[in-house]
Amino acid sequence: MWEQIIANRRRSAVLIIGMAVILLLIGFSGGELIAPNAGVLGLLFALLIWGGMMLAYFTSAESILMSSANARELKREDSPQLFNIVDEMRLASGLGFMPRIYLIDDPAPNAFAVGRKPETSSITVTTGLMYRLNRDELQGVIAHEMGHLKNRDVQFMTLAAVMLGSIVILSEIVRRSLWYGGRGRSRSDSRGGKDGGQAQIIILIVGLLFAILGPIMAQLLYFACSRKREYLADASGAQFTRYPEGLATALEKISQAHVPLSFASKATAPMFIVNPLSAASSDGDEADSVFSSHPPTSERIRILRGMTGASFTDYEAAYRKAKGGSLIGAQTLQSAPTEPIRAPSNAGPIQTRQDAHDVARRASGYMRVKCSCGLEISVPEGYEQDSIRCIRCGSILPIPSAASTPPPPAVTSAVPPVIPLAPLQFHRTGTGWEAFRCACGSTVQLSPAFDASQIRCNACGRTIIVT
Amino acid sequence: MIGIGFIALVFVGLVVVVLAWVAGAYNGLVRLRNQLENAWAQIDVQLKRRHDLIPNLVETVKGYATHERETLEKVIQARNMAVSAKTVGDRAEAENVLTGALKSLFAVAEAYPDLKANSEFMRLQEELTSTENKVAFARQFYNDTVMTYNTHIEVFPTNFIATMFNFGRREFFEVKAEDERDAPAVKF
Repeated sequence: MWEQIIANRRRSAVLIIGMAVILLLIGFSGGELIAPNAGVLGLLFALLIWGGMMLAYFTSAESILMSSANARELKREDSPQLFNIVDEMRLASGLGFMPRIYLIDDPAPNAFAVGRKPETSSITVTTGLMYRLNRDELQGVIAHEMGHLKNRDVQFMTLAAVMLGSIVILSEIVRRSLWYGGRGRSRSDSRGGKDGGQAQIIILIVGLLFAILGPIMAQLLYFACSRKREYLADASGAQFTRYPEGLATALEKISQAHVPLSFASKATAPMFIVNPLSAASSDGDEADSVFSSHPPTSERIRILRGMTGASFTDYEAAYRKAKGGSLIGAQTLQSAPTEPIRAPSNAGPIQTRQDAHDVARRASGYMRVKCSCGLEISVPEGYEQDSIRCIRCGSILPIPSAASTPPPPAVTSAVPPVIPLAPLQFHRTGTGWEAFRCACGSTVQLSPAFDASQIRCNACGRTIIVT
Repeated sequence: MIGIGFIALVFVGLVVVVLAWVAGAYNGLVRLRNQLENAWAQIDVQLKRRHDLIPNLVETVKGYATHERETLEKVIQARNMAVSAKTVGDRAEAENVLTGALKSLFAVAEAYPDLKANSEFMRLQEELTSTENKVAFARQFYNDTVMTYNTHIEVFPTNFIATMFNFGRREFFEVKAEDERDAPAVKF
C-alpha cells in the first residue's frame, strides 16, 4: 500500500514537471515570438498565469462543486448504515481519518470524493445511489472513492487540471497575439542581420509548434492520467472489499440508470465514479477516446469480472488480458499479498427510496409534520406560517415549535446577570425523529438516539430544554 | 600523493552512501512498524466495541427469548474469554468462538418476530454486524501490513538492518471460523 502511494507520487511528479516544462516552453517561445528577447518576460507571464489559476482553483473549486450540487453533510444518526460502510472501508484502506459524508438529493446514481488532504476529505453520494445499490455494491463504490483518497488522486488531478488550464490559456494568448500583432513585427525583423533572421525563423517555427501542439499534448497527458487513476481506484476498490463483483454491478447499475445528473458539468465530470454526462446518454457508456476522463465503463466491468482473486496482482492480470500492457508498478506487485474473493453478503439496499429522500430532506432542515390521516408532510426550512393544511384531508396542522419557559425567579441583586436569550422548552411526543422550530425560525432536529435534557439551536445558539 | 587523497575521497564517499542507505532503510522499517502498531490498534478498538455492545444485546434478547438461556450464556462466556485473552494467537481464537456464538444468537432471534421488530435489537444487530465487518477489514489491513513488514525484514539487503536493530517478525491475525475450518464435504 505504502509503496503504491510512493510510486504514485513519483509518477505524478514526473507528469506535473512535464506539464510545467510545456507551459514554460510556450511562455518562452511565445515571448520571443511577440517581441525579440522577451522570452524571459514570457516565462514570467506563464508563471503568473499559473499562480493565478492555482490560487483561484485552490480557494474555490471544491466549494463550487459542493454548493452547485447542493450537498448536505450527514451526521451519523442520519444514516448509521452509510457511516458504517464508510468506516469499514476506511479500516480496509488504512486511511487515518474518517472522511465527512455528504448527500445530494438527486435520482441519478453517482458518487465523488474531494479533499486535498485526508484530514479535510469528504465523500459525496446521491440518494439515487443509496436506494439503487445493495450493501455490497455501495461498499464497492465507497471503496473506489476511498482508493482515490488513499492514492491522493484528488490532490494530484487538481494540480494537473490547473496546469492544463494554464497551458490552454497561455497558448491561446500567444496564438491571438501572433494573429493580430505578428505582421508589424516581421517587417521590422527584416531589417536585422541575416543570422538573426534565421534564428528568428527557427524560434518562430518552434514557438508556433508549441503554441499549437502544447495544449493538445497536455490534454492527452491529463486524460491518460485520469483514466489510469480510475483503473487504479477500481483495483483498490476490489482489494479493499475483497469482492470485485460488488463494484462491477454497481458500475453497471450506475451506467444503465439513464438519469441525467442535474448539476454535472464538463468541468466537474472527471470527479465522479462514472462520467455523469455519458451515463445519461442512450448507450450509457463512455467512448474509448484519448480525450475522455474515464475509461469505458464496460471495459472496467469486464476487468473487474475477469479477476480470479481480489489482490492487485489479480487486477493486473485481468487488465493485461482485457487491454494488454501493464497498470501497476512491479515493485508494488512484488509485495502484494494474494487475496481470495469473499462471499457476497446478500444484504439488500440500506435504504428505500422514500427513506433516502427523508434523510436528504432532514439534512437540509425540512420538518416532518404528521397528520392524523396518516400523511406526513415535509415542511421546508423558512416556511413562515405556524400551521399547514394537510393536502389529503384538509385539516390544519400546527407546526411544532419550542415554547418559552416561565421566567426565572426575579434576581434580587442590583446588577441583573446578562442572559442573551431566554431558554425555550419543547415537549417530545414520540421517540422517533422529531423536528421543531426554534424561536429564531430555524429547524432543530431530534434523532431517535437523542437522550439529553437540552439541545442547542445551531442558528441562534439558544438553549432548548427537551422534556 | 594525489592517488592516496583520491582513494580517501572515494572511501569517504562510499561510507556516506552506505550510511545514507542504512538511514533510509531503517526509517522505512520504523514507518512500517508504526503502521503495523496503528493497524493493530484499529482492530483493538473494534474488538473492544464489540465487547461493549454484547451485554446490551444480551439484555435486549433476554426480555423476549426466555428459552434461550444456553445460547445467551455461551455468548457471555465467549465474550469474557475474549476480554481476558492475552496473546495475538489466543485472542484470535477467542474472537472466533465469540463470532460463532453471536451467529447462533442471531439465528435463534429469527424465531422471535417481536424481538426482530424491536428497534433497539435492530440497531444492535446493525452495529454488531458492521463491527464484525470492521474487525474483518481492520484485520485484512493488519495482515497485509504484517506481510509487507515481514517481507521487508527478510529480503536482502534490508535483513541486515532488521537484525542489527532488532526488528522481529510479526504474527498474523488468523481467523478460521468454525465453518471455514471443516472443509465443505462435496458428495456426488
